[in-house]
Amino acid sequence: VMNDIITTMFNKKFMEELFKPQELYSKKALRTVYDRLAHASIMRLNQASMDKLYDLMTMAFKYQVLLCPRPKDILLVTFNHLDAIKDFVRDSPGILNQVDETFRQLIEMYSSLSAGEFQLIRQTLLIFFQDMHIRVSIFLKDKVQNSNGRFVLPISGPVPWGTEVPGLIRMFNRNGDEVKRTEFTTDGNYVIPQREGSFDLYGDRVLKLGTNMYSVSRPVETHMSGSSKNLASHAKESIAPNPLAKEELNFLARLLGGLEIKKPGGSETGFRLNLFTTDEEEEYAALTRPEELSYKVVNIEATQEPGRRAELARILGELEVAEPRPASSGKGEDLL
Amino acid sequence: SQAAWCVLPSRVLLVLTSQKGIQMYESDGSIMVYWHALDVTEHPPAQAVFARGIAAAGGRFICVGTSSGPVLVFDIPHKGTNVTVSEVLEEHRDAITDIAAELGQAPDGAGDVVTADDAGTLCIWSSGEEFTLLNKIPAFGCTCSSVKLWNGVVAAGYGNGQIRLYEAATGVLRAEVSAHARWIYALDLAPLTGKLLSGAEDSFVHVWKLSRNLDTDDIEIEHCHAECVTDTQICGARFCDPEGCSFAVTGYDLSEIFRYSQV
Repeated sequence: VMNDIITTMFNKKFMEELFKPQELYSKKALRTVYDRLAHASIMRLNQASMDKLYDLMTMAFKYQVLLCPRPKDILLVTFNHLDAIKDFVRDSPGILNQVDETFRQLIEMYSSLSAGEFQLIRQTLLIFFQDMHIRVSIFLKDKVQNSNGRFVLPISGPVPWGTEVPGLIRMFNRNGDEVKRTEFTTDGNYVIPQREGSFDLYGDRVLKLGTNMYSVSRPVETHMSGSSKNLASHAKESIAPNPLAKEELNFLARLLGGLEIKKPGGSETGFRLNLFTTDEEEEYAALTRPEELSYKVVNIEATQEPGRRAELARILGELEVAEPRPASSGKGEDLL
Repeated sequence: SQAAWCVLPSRVLLVLTSQKGIQMYESDGSIMVYWHALDVTEHPPAQAVFARGIAAAGGRFICVGTSSGPVLVFDIPHKGTNVTVSEVLEEHRDAITDIAAELGQAPDGAGDVVTADDAGTLCIWSSGEEFTLLNKIPAFGCTCSSVKLWNGVVAAGYGNGQIRLYEAATGVLRAEVSAHARWIYALDLAPLTGKLLSGAEDSFVHVWKLSRNLDTDDIEIEHCHAECVTDTQICGARFCDPEGCSFAVTGYDLSEIFRYSQV
């Protein structure tokens, strides 16, 4: 599953398309691309699980972009993502090569941008995520998100690389000599950072944003304000697998063993991923999802707007969806 | 996109910038007085095209910056729609971030307009039928995100959280403040008192006091007050009165405007 998804995501044509200068995708377009990627293997998700996964991804990414100490750090976050992906496919040199190639393109294209240009990119991304406040249980638990869905912005810790700890005022005369020095204090408690993260193909990124949130098994509930209280107060932890977390493969194998195979017509077989504890819960979530949070995923054949259809067709044309492979009775073992 | 009131002796115009161009409206928003489309071909390919930085200058002009560096100077008639491009100032190589006009009394030779860009370069101009470049302050390695000009003192806020004061007439650095722990988004100045407001992504808003003694040639800045808007990256901060007794603050994802007043 991992290899299929990553191979599809880093497919050369798709990457070429992504690297072209262009406007940010619309929310519908992004969701559609995401759906296709998530289904690039034999794994399938129902609407409710798909929505939940997308919510998670959206809020996690928003968090990472928002908390970047300096605008250039969004590149370090991206590098953290790629480092983790490379680790998942470290035994498959072909795919690893694809990822490395993308890495090189990123370095080439973005390393020399100014802080102002990075800030513009970051602002554009933040506008895309504005007003999204879905509560994610892993964030609530770690106290990085408040119960109102807003992220916690710490006023302590290391200052960004290139910034001084606030507090000093220096005044100079006409000749450039320092003539006066004063200090001021605030509630903030900042320290000097140890070193700068690396922007090379390999290196210590220093920044933790963008590293694997699920390196320890964690609950992955998302809560929407106004959603059913039953879901929000569910006592059981749902240890749901993150499809991009290699450590969760064991869980996936068990899930495969236990789940009934959904045969979506014809000869295709596969397994269905449910991010809720039971099928009934998943169905209920689908029915009770607040209207304003429905993603209205575009079915490419059904869309009315020719412009939108052309945009999506172009993007998706570059994405080759892997044919689902027939599963054998020992499918759990096959995946490991 | 930006919006700014441009106050000229004869009229007040509302100026809006966007990716497409520059629009100017009568102060009640009723009529669009002028529309200037940004020429995409003048910009390098694959670069964002936008206008940013708005200031009224010299009682007659409105200056607007562009993403490729040039600053457009518009000549504004007392009334009516006959706005013309009087000049294009081509000194900056990087996207303009902010433009400020003198808010107080400029000493001789200090100029009355300052422009800032992404690289951190500042240009000081004297406005007129032909603008004159008086000083160019080189960048020190960080984006200058916002700038203000008062009594011949340039107050500049930077992406690394620093505030710097420069003497407009000479370009000399007169003060350096480690003001914020994150990118400074907004600077505002209260012209009657010299109070300076700074807002940044670190959630803090600071009030400072600038002072300039022309006899002794002292330029000083002192810290007056700090406010922390919890869990908010400040995107905008403005004084609500010319003495600086109250100010308003906005932030990312915030649907409210917070107003603070001195008691």
